[in-house]
Amino acid sequence: MIDDRELLWLMTGIAGTLVVATVAGQTLRLSVGGATIANVNARIGAWWVMSAAFVAATLTGGIGSLVLFALLSMLALREFVTLSPTSRGDHRALAWSFFVVIPAQYVLVGVQWYGLFSILIPVYVFLLLAARIVLSGETDRFLERAATIQWGLMACVYCVSYAPALMLLDIDGYDASSGKLLLFLVVVVQASDVLQFVWGKLLGRHRIAPAISPNKTWEGFVGGVACATLLGAGLWWATPFNPWQAAAMSLLIALAGFAGGLVMSAIKRDRGVKDFGGLLPGHGGVLDRIDSLLFAAPLFFHLTRFFF
Amino acid sequence: MTGRAVSALARVIAGGYVRWDAPPSANGARVYFANHTSHLDFVLLWSYLPTHLRRRTRPVAARDYWEKGPLRRYLAGHVFRALLIDRAGPEARRAVDQMAHGVAAGDSLILFPEGTRGAGDAIAPFKAGLYHLCELHPGLELVPVSMENLNRVLPKGEFIPVPMVSRVIFGESLRLEDGEPKDEFLARAREAIEALREDR
Repeated sequence: MIDDRELLWLMTGIAGTLVVATVAGQTLRLSVGGATIANVNARIGAWWVMSAAFVAATLTGGIGSLVLFALLSMLALREFVTLSPTSRGDHRALAWSFFVVIPAQYVLVGVQWYGLFSILIPVYVFLLLAARIVLSGETDRFLERAATIQWGLMACVYCVSYAPALMLLDIDGYDASSGKLLLFLVVVVQASDVLQFVWGKLLGRHRIAPAISPNKTWEGFVGGVACATLLGAGLWWATPFNPWQAAAMSLLIALAGFAGGLVMSAIKRDRGVKDFGGLLPGHGGVLDRIDSLLFAAPLFFHLTRFFF
Repeated sequence: MTGRAVSALARVIAGGYVRWDAPPSANGARVYFANHTSHLDFVLLWSYLPTHLRRRTRPVAARDYWEKGPLRRYLAGHVFRALLIDRAGPEARRAVDQMAHGVAAGDSLILFPEGTRGAGDAIAPFKAGLYHLCELHPGLELVPVSMENLNRVLPKGEFIPVPMVSRVIFGESLRLEDGEPKDEFLARAREAIEALREDR
């Protein structure tokens, strides 16, 4: 069914990693136990579901990935808006955001209209949204409300849509439409998250930003980013890059992802919550899971587009 | 079938955090009463009930709204099996009798004792229907339900819902005490919901 050998290897790798993680998690549960292990096992369970959905979407080609990421955008924006200080007057603007802006953005990605998909939300939605909100006649905290909704659209829709856009890149001598580049990005960015978590739990001593996220430590950061870079370099055969380029890309992906996690943590901290939602057992909400992806995707897309 | 689809849709758009302080007992009629800010309130509350309880639970809803148009009539009659009552006019007095009749038939009810939808900030004083219903059915189990954020999903006067994460808490049940005065009982019931809202 799958002709692409490299794609098959990537998927086997994902499945193999999950099997190893599941066996390790269950062994730890029986031998050590405790709340941390239970949380880790809940996360692994959710990883199976997320990986299955992601791989299934990739196999259906561009359409499946577009639909999957459009849904992720909706779920993420839903969690973002819930925690935002929107008011009654923003209702119509929000309805437009969910049911017009999100589909439009992903359709533009799908028809490969790069010129418009890259400016729709930053320029035109930026203007239209403010105009729609002002029509409600409610001026109380106007700029704060408009800016927050715009920020949510940029983060949850615009940035996320760069991930499936990778499948539509035109690269000499490389078939991006197979989804391998998208898989590469997602594997490196999520592996970086997981590896930072693991290194932090094992060796973490010195906190990077205690005021924002008590769980982020220098040990976790260095160990996780270094391992993710090595992992990405080791996956060069699935990309249009040579091993060095793949390592450099992975390093940037991991760094951008780290910044994303920190920024979203600051938002949660400000709102007084631990997670954006509860949809994914052990992980929190969708936005908690894709916070690093939404920072890494545009950067990775543009670097690949300009240099390859 | 339609019921399952509607309840799944309600949870996709407006679902989120849900908690039962006391697990629902197996059977028997009870009244779920909640604060009211949106047409989606009862749909979401209803969708959170376990299927076997949902089949025997009827939302109490306004006849003037739910008998307008074929879609509403179909949803009220065949999907939610709503118990439609008159809010005004000579028939309004019969509302309590209708509810009592429903309880006597073994059905649970979903009731919004404020009588109308609020803006979401404060809970309005309760109407007396809940009290009179308990007079007719002494010992009736009343489950307070706090519903938050539904006013942002579908506020009064809007027709397109905006997806939002909500917070629904089913509290521990209460009953009308012997000889408890009407006003005291209604205030106590209202405070049961207030307490759930403040509990974080």
